[in-house]
Order: sequence, then structure tokens, then C-alpha cells
Amino acid sequence: MGYDITMRVWRGDAGGGALQDYVVDVEEGEVVLDAVHRLQATQVGDLAVRWNCKAGKCGSCSAEINGRPRLMCMTRLSTFEAGETITVTPLRTFPVIRDLVTDVSYNYEKAKTLPAFAPVPRDADGNYRMAQVDVQRGQEFRKCIECFLCQTVCHVIRDHDDNKPAFSGPRMFLRYAELDMHPLDTNDRRRLAKDAAGLGMCNITKCCTEVCPENIKITDNAIIPLKERVVDRSYDPLVWLGSKIRRRDQRSEPPPTPPPTTR
Amino acid sequence: MASGVTTAGRARITARTMRTDRWWLLPAVTVGVLLAFIAYSTWRAFEGAHYVAGPYLSPFYSPCLASSCLPESSHFGEPVGSWWPLSPALLVLVFPLGFRMTCYYYRKAYYRSFWASPPACAVAEPHRSYSGESRFPLVFQNAHRWFFYAGLVFNVILTYDAVIAFRDGDGEWGHMGLGTLVLLVNATLLWLYSLSCHSCRHTVGGRINAFSKHPLRYRAWTLVSRLNGNHARYAWLSLIWVGLTDLYIRLLATGTFADPRFF
Ligand code: SF4
Ligand code: SF4
Ligand code: FES
Ligand code: FES
Repeated sequence: MGYDITMRVWRGDAGGGALQDYVVDVEEGEVVLDAVHRLQATQVGDLAVRWNCKAGKCGSCSAEINGRPRLMCMTRLSTFEAGETITVTPLRTFPVIRDLVTDVSYNYEKAKTLPAFAPVPRDADGNYRMAQVDVQRGQEFRKCIECFLCQTVCHVIRDHDDNKPAFSGPRMFLRYAELDMHPLDTNDRRRLAKDAAGLGMCNITKCCTEVCPENIKITDNAIIPLKERVVDRSYDPLVWLGSKIRRRDQRSEPPPTPPPTTR
Repeated sequence: MASGVTTAGRARITARTMRTDRWWLLPAVTVGVLLAFIAYSTWRAFEGAHYVAGPYLSPFYSPCLASSCLPESSHFGEPVGSWWPLSPALLVLVFPLGFRMTCYYYRKAYYRSFWASPPACAVAEPHRSYSGESRFPLVFQNAHRWFFYAGLVFNVILTYDAVIAFRDGDGEWGHMGLGTLVLLVNATLLWLYSLSCHSCRHTVGGRINAFSKHPLRYRAWTLVSRLNGNHARYAWLSLIWVGLTDLYIRLLATGTFADPRFF
């Protein structure tokens, strides 16, 4: 059974834009992305919107719905009150390209500065061996679909554009944590996480965790453990001394890969 | 030029937030509860009286180490002596205060509610610049683990206080009153709060990469991780209960209420 909803959608580009009001005919059981598509098909053919899977798995349809960063394809229309206006804006942390589409290349640039996995040599038979319990923690982080909702909600860059050069953001901290916890990785990334990625700027206020559509416990399971590891490396004289005396933890510390200068 | 969500190039929207829910409610309640606790505990710490009732010693005054302590409360002698001019509570309260001030959960709570950094997710913060915990003074949050160790000592002492509450006012064992139960719950909640601490989680096993080589520490880490998921709950429960415990003992000490005796 169809019914009408009122929507406000931000339209414009880097030069300017505004919220526009629309009435859209939708069906029971639909999601916000369906409504946006209907709007595009029936009223504003030139509305720009990025999407791909419509199944919450590609991470393309990130937007801000009634002020909350969410996936459009995973936000059911039935979660809104009858008669409630549904406002959809592009992500407010990244430069807008057009309408609901933003330029998220900041995230890819940050990913490039992260030294890649550098495993120990293979065993004599040519295999790598690790136990399931050793890689279990990192597997949670691999659920990430790179929707960058955590990056857009993070106040460190959302509210302070000037922090972008110094701060890599929660999605990258997941990766730092995963590699630092990896039993076969030979690099010590704790200094990098602190200095090059700006881990100290995160004040663990957990908005990244709140918005993650994969329910990854970003703050509790990646950022805070990483902060504790940084304390071991840089702020705890006892642990530092212990690691020198017992000659443990002798991983090498790679320099950050400089971001490519193009773009 | 404006920074934050109104930075040039981002979608031009002037509102600090587009959220339509009551996002201010949680920070407001947090401020209310924390201020009430601070006001009550400050008054009680300076009062310097009514902190012992029969076998019960208020957690605000335990251990009581100065010569000015009431004789029934000096379970560990008077190592501080008589030079300390203020209430004996102030000597010990700095430790639990430091523990909670640097706690990862409370940091989130007060950064959001008192500092508005951010007040809620996707609500712009009012500050012009931001460096998080990367600089003085907030870089000292990295000392949390030392307060955690100190907190363990306090837990042992407060558990001891709960155990000796099984004696009656004359020091005879085999007594239990409502006060004993109150102190037992207090000690239990404090243990739950400390054991669910992120620094505890890191220390018992989180810092290890090859869990398979440390099966016992892996078990401990798994257990602490489970508690850690409820850390915020334990933080609030133990805080409120410690205040109520003190209040209960004050009511007994001033004769406002008589302790119901179970046996
Ligand atoms: S917890 Fe840290 S990384 Fe996550 S949103 Fe908050 S400040 Fe950003
Ligand atoms: S961590 Fe979660 S919110 Fe962040 S990019 Fe990955 S899936 Fe999206
Ligand atoms: S369209 Fe793929 S996550 Fe929404
Ligand atoms: S006590 Fe809260 S994190 Fe340590």
C-alpha cells in the first residue's frame, strides 16, 4: 500500500545549495534509498546520489538522515513517525561534489600513509601458521565496509577541518589496531599511530562506535587497546624498561608512507 | 573563514546539527548526576565527622590514616600523624578521584557533557581549536593505569572493611546488619568497576599478540573483556552506591536511623 512522505533533500554543489522540500510516494517496507530513487525517477532526474548494493554491504550510500550519519539503504521508512519530515543531507565532513555525493578521498589518502602488513618469513614448508585465537580480535575489524560514517561523525575533523592533516580517523585506527595485534606482523606501529595518525586527538567519545553500521566496537576494541599500547611504548617507563631488559617487543618501527602528492 | 561543518567546500548548511531527537537529554542528566555527587562528596569529605557507626566505616574515610581520625576508624594506625590540618578523608580521596577522572568511560562522559566536545554525535562543538588528549594537560590521561593499580589497593581495604562489618560494635564476630550488606555490595561493585577497566583488560592480556602461547592470560582477558562490555554500567552503579553507603553510615552515626540486624 502506497503512502506519501515529506522529504527535505539537500541539493547543490561546492558553490552553494539548499534543502528542497518534496512529497514522495512510497510503499510499505521501503528504505530511505528507495524514496530517494523514487524522487529521482519521478521528480528530479538530475539528483546525484551514490549507491551500489542496496544491502548495507558496499558502504556507498552514506548520508545524514535527520542529522544522523547513516546508510540510506539500511534506514527503514517505518522507523519515522507518521508525518515526520525526513531530511537527507550529504556527509557534512567531506567536500561536496553534487547533491548527496561527497568527495571521500581524504580517507583513501589516509589509508595510503599506513604501512602495509609486513609478515615474518614463511615456515620451512612454505606456510604461514597462526592460531584462530590470535587473529580473532582483528576479524571484527575486517567487517568494515568502508562507509566512512565513523569518519564523518568524528568531531576531531568534522568540527575542525584544520585537523585533517594530522588525524587519520577511527576507520584507520581499526587498521592500525588490527596490524599491531597481528601475531605475524613485524612492524611496531605504536609510534606511528600516536604521531602520524594522531591517535592522541581522539578523546574516546565513541560517536564512531555509535554510527558504525557493522556494529564494530571501534572505540572499545580498537582505539582504547591501541591507546594502551601507545602508553606501553611512549608513556609507561616501567613497561619500556621491561621491554629493554627482557629484549621483548623488538619489532622495527617503519616510517610512515608519505601520501602521494598528486590530487 | 569558518571551520567545522561550515568549512568552505562542504555542503552549505548553517545549522550546528540537523538532529531532531532530544540529543541534549543524556549530557544534561550526566551533568546533573555528576554535580550532585561532587557536591555531596565534597561536603562529606570536609565535614570530618559522622563517618563511623558501630563496625561500619564510611568508604569516604577508609583507610583513615591521620591522628585526627576517630579512634574506631584507625584500622591501620595513624601513619600520617597529626600535622595534617584538614579532614582525613582528603588524604585518600585523591586516589579514587584520580582513578575516575582518568577512566576511559568517565572521560567520554565528561568530555561530552561538561566540555561539549562534542555535546552529542553530529552536533557541532563550540570550541575553536582542538587537540584532544595529545597535549598538556590532557596527555596525562595516559597515567590511568597507575590509578588503576592504586584503585586495587583501595578495593582490598574496602573489602576488608566489609569483612570486619561481620563483627558487632564490640568487636565480636558473628554479626550482620543491613550495614554489612551495604558495605558488601559496595566492595563488590568497586571490584566489578576496577576489573572491567580498560587498563585492566590491557594488562591481563590485551597487550599480548600471540594469545595461543598464553592460554591462562587469554582466559583472563576473555573474562575481563566480558566485564568490560558493562564498564559504563559499573561506573555509574559503583559511584552512586559509594555515595549511598556513606549516606547510610552518616544516618546511623547521627542516630537518625537504627541499623536493622540480621543476626
Ligand atoms: S571515539 Fe575518537 S575516533 Fe571515535 S568519533 Fe570519538 S573522537 Fe573520533
Ligand atoms: S568502521 Fe564501521 S562506520 Fe567506519 S567505515 Fe567501517 S563500517 Fe563504516
Ligand atoms: S547501497 Fe551499498 S551500503 Fe547502501
Ligand atoms: S576505570 Fe574506567 S577505564 Fe579504567
